[in-house]
This record gives sequence, structure tokens and C-alpha cells, in this order.
Amino acid sequence: MDVLVCVKRVPMVGGKIVLTADGQDVDTRMSGFTVSPHEECAVEEAVQITERTGGTVTVLTLGPPEAADQLRDMLALGAHRGVLLETDGREWGPVATAAAIAAAIGDLGATSFPLILTGNEAADTGGYQVGIRVAHALGRPCVTGIKRLEVAGDLVRAWREYDGRHEEFEVALPAVAGVKEGINLPRYPSLPGRLRAKRAEITVRKPVWQADDLRKVTLRGPAGSAQRAQVLGHGAEAVPELIRVLGDLGLLTRA
Amino acid sequence: MSSTVLCLVEHDADGIADGSLRALAVARSLAAQSLAERSLAGSPELIAVVFGSPGGLADSVAGDLAGHGVTEVYLVSADELTGYAPVAWARALEQLAAASAAAAVVAAATDRGSEVMAHLGALTGLPVAANCLAASATGDASWRVRRHRWGGSLLEEAELTAPCALLTVAADAGPADAGPVDAGPVEPTRTKSPAAAGLPVRAFTPALESADLLVRATESEQSGGGTSLATARVVIGGGRGVGGPDGFAVLEELASLLGGVVGVSRVVTSQGWRPHRQQVGQTGTKISPELYLACGISGAIQHMAGCQSAKHIVAVNTDSDAPIMSRAEYAVIGDLNEVIPALVAALRAAGRQE
Repeated sequence: MDVLVCVKRVPMVGGKIVLTADGQDVDTRMSGFTVSPHEECAVEEAVQITERTGGTVTVLTLGPPEAADQLRDMLALGAHRGVLLETDGREWGPVATAAAIAAAIGDLGATSFPLILTGNEAADTGGYQVGIRVAHALGRPCVTGIKRLEVAGDLVRAWREYDGRHEEFEVALPAVAGVKEGINLPRYPSLPGRLRAKRAEITVRKPVWQADDLRKVTLRGPAGSAQRAQVLGHGAEAVPELIRVLGDLGLLTRA
Repeated sequence: MSSTVLCLVEHDADGIADGSLRALAVARSLAAQSLAERSLAGSPELIAVVFGSPGGLADSVAGDLAGHGVTEVYLVSADELTGYAPVAWARALEQLAAASAAAAVVAAATDRGSEVMAHLGALTGLPVAANCLAASATGDASWRVRRHRWGGSLLEEAELTAPCALLTVAADAGPADAGPVDAGPVEPTRTKSPAAAGLPVRAFTPALESADLLVRATESEQSGGGTSLATARVVIGGGRGVGGPDGFAVLEELASLLGGVVGVSRVVTSQGWRPHRQQVGQTGTKISPELYLACGISGAIQHMAGCQSAKHIVAVNTDSDAPIMSRAEYAVIGDLNEVIPALVAALRAAGRQE
């Protein structure tokens, strides 16, 4: 089965997010880029499905020209084809993003991908909606929050956790599924995979940017992030002081 | 356009779900503002939408809603709606919003709330502002929202233009959300008012097509037992500094002594040292314990997004400059593999003396 996976290029943030002076974006001059963690798992899931049943994995992203790097990262993990919906670097909202993705899938042959996978939500904007909007545009059922997926013939069975319970869904293909990290443990890229990815040709299309009805005004870090921890001591010698503090906080009485 | 606001209310065995209490607080404030914004007379209309059959759990929840500013309750049921069905739920909200010419529809940013609102956005062609902390009306069809980005590590101020505002409300909004808030800080309460008895509860049966019922939860069973990470009072965190899969035994022992559970950072699950269900973070579980004892955890953004609601964070780390040091309240500088066994031994010794 041919599977399409949508991924998004996001800054690789470590211990601290630095904003640009105008408060409009994350300052990425000192950071690398990656795809959102859920999406890396979506690609792994697609690769595993095609390893079992045959077919190909196409990864698609909407982003600046440099987002081709993230497509190549995913090709190195075993995906076969990359499609870049190239932008001029402006941020796209979820409505326009979903419309551009759905149009591109139509161009690629809407019936050629029985299964479309997305990450459940992007690490940066966290809109929780692009996959669902794509599904509606293509007239497909969509499941989200998925931690386990089985493809059996023309059916997809999918499970997620909800409020301490497992919820099971069964939908007919073609379908869209938003998956979460934990569905699998993504592999590391192999050397042959990296070499193949480096040479792979990436299909580029240029959708037209459209303003979204939800417009970012500014970003800021949360207040109160400049505190310093009170150091109780060093090594095992700090244990009595640690126990005193835990006791003062009322945390040594078992609930 | 009226000033009516709809709020999807989820419930569990304890009554109204905590996330929905937060959503109700935002919805209530929006209803009051949109009335003022349109210079309309009367009182704010806040309609709670609850899914479930009359006489069931949902029905008893309906009685709890008056204390939250709710003026009317719709209890949604249909023969075909035997389990959770995201598109059908969105259809019901769409029809109720159209019938009341709602100014806004609000839900908690839970898996269900986020999913249903995204479907509602797709069905109506309207934008959805996800993970909001606060929202205010700035005009007849314009709104100002404050929402989470990066799992709550950043706050975004945004403008929303829509005839009907579709919002989800961050369910895990923690202490990090303090700061100037246009629409007032949102604090859920579980108080009930004596007016509850008089709240009108109306039954609503949505018009559904077969396409609306393609996705339905067909089975729902309890997942694994034990103290849930999400609700644990004490969480002992283990990160890269634990060193390998064998290093977690002493953390489990400490967790057991303190009546808590072990949680881990993303690097630990990515290495396969521990299962993903123990991950605390933006892509794992969001925790809100009394104590989070973070051992060998540097404090990456991804991780802190999952524990920013912890009441007290204590870090044990060899690096006194690690990012966790600016997020923790207390710290022990040192190797967790020395500190934690010593802590366990001291707690055991103290336990024997009692």
C-alpha cells in the first residue's frame, strides 16, 4: 500500500526558546531543525506498513526551501519519495495549509494514497487540525490521537488512550490517521539510507500563500521563568537537608 | 448574531471534567463580553452541550452546571450515537450553534475536544484557535486570544476573525500562565450554586448522515492499572543521567516509598530504556503532582512542557547550569546514582525508627 505522511519542519529547541527581537518568531540562528516528534513516528509507522505489505512511503511537507532537509531526513529513515510545497518562509495557518496539502494530494492522484498519516499536532503551533481538515477536503474518515494502528485489507483498526481507557476505531480505507509518539520507536537512519536520501529527487510545488483568519500578533515566554533553584547541598551529603525540605512541604506522609 | 456561547462539556465519574471547567470559565467570560460588545440588553447566554442519554451520568452532570454560569443545557443523544463519534458530535454542535446563532463555541483541549472542534472547523470552514488560555471579543466578528505554543512553553497573542469563534481551552494551563491577561485569569471552580435545580435541560437529537458516523469508538476498556502518571501526587523523574535501563530500579523504590510513580524524559523513551507511557513531556503525559523530583534531567523545553503544572520541582543534577535549575524550586547538585540510593536508605532508616 502506498502511504503519504505529512511532516512539518520545526526548530530544534533544547533547554531554552529564544525569541527574535520583534517577538514574532523563535530565533533559529543558533538552532537546528527537525520534524515534530509525532511525525517522525508517523513516518516510521508508514515504513513498517510498507515493509510488511509492500508499497511506497511518500513524505510531504509545506515549508521554506530548507524544509527539503527534513524530507531527506525522512527519506533516510526509509521513505521513498519527497514532496515539498515550497513557501517563502511566511507562517501558514492551518486552514490554508490543509487546503494546499489536499490540493497537492489531488494533483498526485487522490486515490494513490489509501492511507494518509499525520502527526497528531505540530510541536510549534499545536493547532490539532490540519489532518482533520485534509480528511474533510478529500472526503475521508479521520482518526486522531492514535497509539496503535493495524491495516487489514481495506480496513484500518486504530486505538488511542482516553481518560485511562483504550478507545478502538475501525474505518474503511481510504482514511487519514493522526498518530502520537509512542506508537513505535523510530529507527535511526542507516548509512545506505542517508546516501539514498542525499541523491533522491524531491518534487517541488509552490502553492499560493493565503492569510489565515487566526493571525499571530506576538509571542512571548511565560512569566516567572527566570528563577533559580535553591541549592540544598552537594551529593549524598545533601540528603538530610532534602528530607527536611520534603517534610516541610508535607510530602513525606504517604497519601 | 446573538451573544450566545456554546460550551462542549465532558464528564467523568466525578462529574464535570476539570478541562471542561476551564472551558466553561472562558465561555462564561466570552458570553458576558459579547453581550457588552454588541450593546445588547439582557443577560449572557451560556449553553452547555453534554453528550449522553437522559437518565444517565450526563443527566446528573447537567444539574452541576448552573454554578458555572450556564443558562441552558442541551443533552445530546441519538439512537446511532452509542459511543463517541467525533464527526457526529461536531454536527450536533454545528446545528446547535446555527440554531442559537452562537457567537462562539468552546471546548476543552482534550483529545476529544480538540478533535471535535477541528471537525467543526472543517465542517463550517471556520478557523479554530487551539489551546487558548483567554479570549475576548474586540468587535462584532473579531476576537483576541491568548494561546499556547510549544506545549505551553510560549504564549501567543493572536487575532481571530470569524462570525463564530471556535476555541479550545488549554486543559493543563499551569502556573506558567500567570501574567497580564486581557480577559482575566481563568480559574476553574467546582462550586455549585443553589440555582442548579432550576436549570432547563433540553434534549437534542442531531440530524446525522451516515458519513457523520463513519468514525465511532467501538470499544472502550480500562487501560493498565496502577497509579496514573497524569494524576500521581508524587512523580520521580529519570532522565539521561540515569545512564541506562538498569538505573531505574532505585527510582522505582523511591517512588514506592513516597507513594508516587516514575516518569521519564523523552531521551529515555527514545533510547528504549523505558516504555513511552512513562514519558513526561509535550509528546508524552502532562503531570501535575505535588512533588516532581527530577533526577538526571536537564530540563529541555519538550520535557518542561509536561511538568510545568507540578507544584514543587526538586532537581538532582550534576550540572548546576542545566536549564532545569531555572525551573526547579530546590536542587541537589550531584550524581543521582549517589543521591537517590542515599535518600532511599535514609527514608528506610527513618521508617524503621517509627
